[in-house]
Amino acid sequence: MKHHTSHFALLLALAVSLGVSLCSSQLDDYYLDIMLNVGINVILAVSLNLVNGHTGQFSLGHAAFMAVGAYGSSMVTLEMGASMMRVLGGAGPVAESVTFLVALLVGGVSAAVCGWIVGMPSLRLRGDYLAIVTLGFNEIIRVVLQNTNGDGPFGGALGLKGIPAYTSFFWVFATAAIAIYTIGALVNSTYGRGFLAVRDDEIAGESMGINTTRYKVLAFVIGSFFAGLAGGLYAHLRTTISPEGFNFLKSVDVVVMVILGGMGSTVGVIVAAVVLTVLNEFLRDFEQYRMIVFSLLLIVMMIVRPQGLLPAGLFQRRKRA
Amino acid sequence: MAALVLGLTGCKQQGGGGDAAGDIVIGEVAALTGGTATFGTSSNAGTKMAVAEINMAGGLLGKQVRLVTEDDQSKQGEAGTVAKKLISRDKVVAMLGEVASGRSLEMGPICQKAGVPMISPASTNAKVTEAGDYVFRVCFIDPFQGTVMGKFAISRGWKKVAILIDTKQDYSVGLSQYFKEYFAKNGGTITGEQSYGSGDKDFKAQLTAIKAGEPDAIFASGYYNETGLIASQARELGITVPLLGGDGWDSPSLVEVAGSAIEGSFFSNHFSNEDTSPKIQEFVKKFQSVYGKVPDAMAALAYDSGMILADAIKRAGTTEGKALRDAIAATKDFDGITGKITLDEKRNANKSAVVLTIKNGKFSYVETVAP
Repeated sequence: MKHHTSHFALLLALAVSLGVSLCSSQLDDYYLDIMLNVGINVILAVSLNLVNGHTGQFSLGHAAFMAVGAYGSSMVTLEMGASMMRVLGGAGPVAESVTFLVALLVGGVSAAVCGWIVGMPSLRLRGDYLAIVTLGFNEIIRVVLQNTNGDGPFGGALGLKGIPAYTSFFWVFATAAIAIYTIGALVNSTYGRGFLAVRDDEIAGESMGINTTRYKVLAFVIGSFFAGLAGGLYAHLRTTISPEGFNFLKSVDVVVMVILGGMGSTVGVIVAAVVLTVLNEFLRDFEQYRMIVFSLLLIVMMIVRPQGLLPAGLFQRRKRA
Repeated sequence: MAALVLGLTGCKQQGGGGDAAGDIVIGEVAALTGGTATFGTSSNAGTKMAVAEINMAGGLLGKQVRLVTEDDQSKQGEAGTVAKKLISRDKVVAMLGEVASGRSLEMGPICQKAGVPMISPASTNAKVTEAGDYVFRVCFIDPFQGTVMGKFAISRGWKKVAILIDTKQDYSVGLSQYFKEYFAKNGGTITGEQSYGSGDKDFKAQLTAIKAGEPDAIFASGYYNETGLIASQARELGITVPLLGGDGWDSPSLVEVAGSAIEGSFFSNHFSNEDTSPKIQEFVKKFQSVYGKVPDAMAALAYDSGMILADAIKRAGTTEGKALRDAIAATKDFDGITGKITLDEKRNANKSAVVLTIKNGKFSYVETVAP
């Protein structure tokens, strides 16, 4: 019964996002932009929550996977977009959608592969050490992209320009819905028990025969995949990307969303992603005091509700030992 | 959800230009906080001064001008969002900004699509105005600045120059590339090419490698923060040749950090506040009385961008996008603070650069290099 409900919710979300997307030309550009930012941040936060919240690993390199996805997908649309469109029978909404879908998947898969490469050795580390490795990976990706040749495929410090603006309401929110559904389904499955075992007590889990490394890598790869999709959506929304936009602070932004929302609580993390993105816009009136107000709010939140906005367990009826 | 969408749809108002009070609204995107805040606050001061003067003189088309400034926190992604906000919420008739090329590149396509003319005061990267025919700038471009310093080095008889690039900055990479092209084509030799990233503090390894090539000068095209440190560390290593740079050096911090080490080095710039022409001296005096400091090139360029826009609105007689765009494109021999400005068919300002040197801790004028 419950299973059917979540299928239905996914289909409904896809239908609604398609519906809104069709009349998005009627929406105010600025509001649409904020909504798309919200959607992308939701994807990032939910995917990081799988690693940081459900599996209890502390990754500080989410922006790096986003960067891999952004560059990967942009290179597909920039370098091969034209020829793909030709094969698909000339420019049109269908050809565009197929090209974009392929680009997004290429971005997501490259991010997942990177996640696997980084995860295999480093997920044997725990706690702070993993945080340092992922932080290091974040910097490596950024610095490598920055130091590539300006005329090369990555554009060096200049980054990539003129990326087609394919990202629409449908793409962002369909991806967000799929991310939420997939991760939600995963957490409530056998795999989910594995993730939780790793988080709650790694040694106990291991002695019960759970391959903790495998679960950690799995969570990391899936998290990276969705971060890569978010990166692809971001690139095709902004139409220009540069390595500087995927720095350590971008990773921290996502970590803040996860912690503020409540580690391991999907609903809480979504709420936090929405609130923080919208808050950023509302605080514009404070101009240069914005970042101070923003930080103060975070400090107050952490004092008043250290467990996050909507901590895990509020919505999930999970048996606790 | 549906109700929310309906509500937002209802918010979309048709028509642009002017608000309830009947003012002409001009948008400005500047980095008031974050990494390049000094540039943002300077350009914001220049723009504000231009708007204040326009209003004092009776406004435009019988209306007052209202400036709406949005901060982009020196962040990628933010510039695009605030540009959309200014266009769709504040209904600006034209956009001024950004200083940084990376963020102007982000705003360009948005303004182009909305049909709102955009004038960047100081984005020198060549690609900025390629976004479309609604994007202009009032400064010269990187190729020109790199070429100017190449010309200058050749004219001084320097045959061997080493290059130090800040690979984190589009600006530095672009400048170095065009310097290299011109310099090598005209008989110069590049003796070494070293790179660093903004925020680095130690440049001794790069400088030691450069020293081995025995150059006549070093082209250090990065921004002032690192250049100051580079200068003092070069002198510590016994490198006595002058450093060369671009307008990214233009900040009092350069001399504060480098002290006497930067004496005798040269850089290209948009204007010199030492210029004795009465127009510039009057501007410097007015700026000083309002802000209590001498204006830098960013302030002067932002002031010019505001004035060129005002001039175009007057000539167009309307604030309608297309007509305003055509009027801006037709700007010819505009007598600005940063020189006589003519916008060419690529929407770049065609004007000369000045070369400055650092003498007794002050930037002093050396010569003007024509395009």
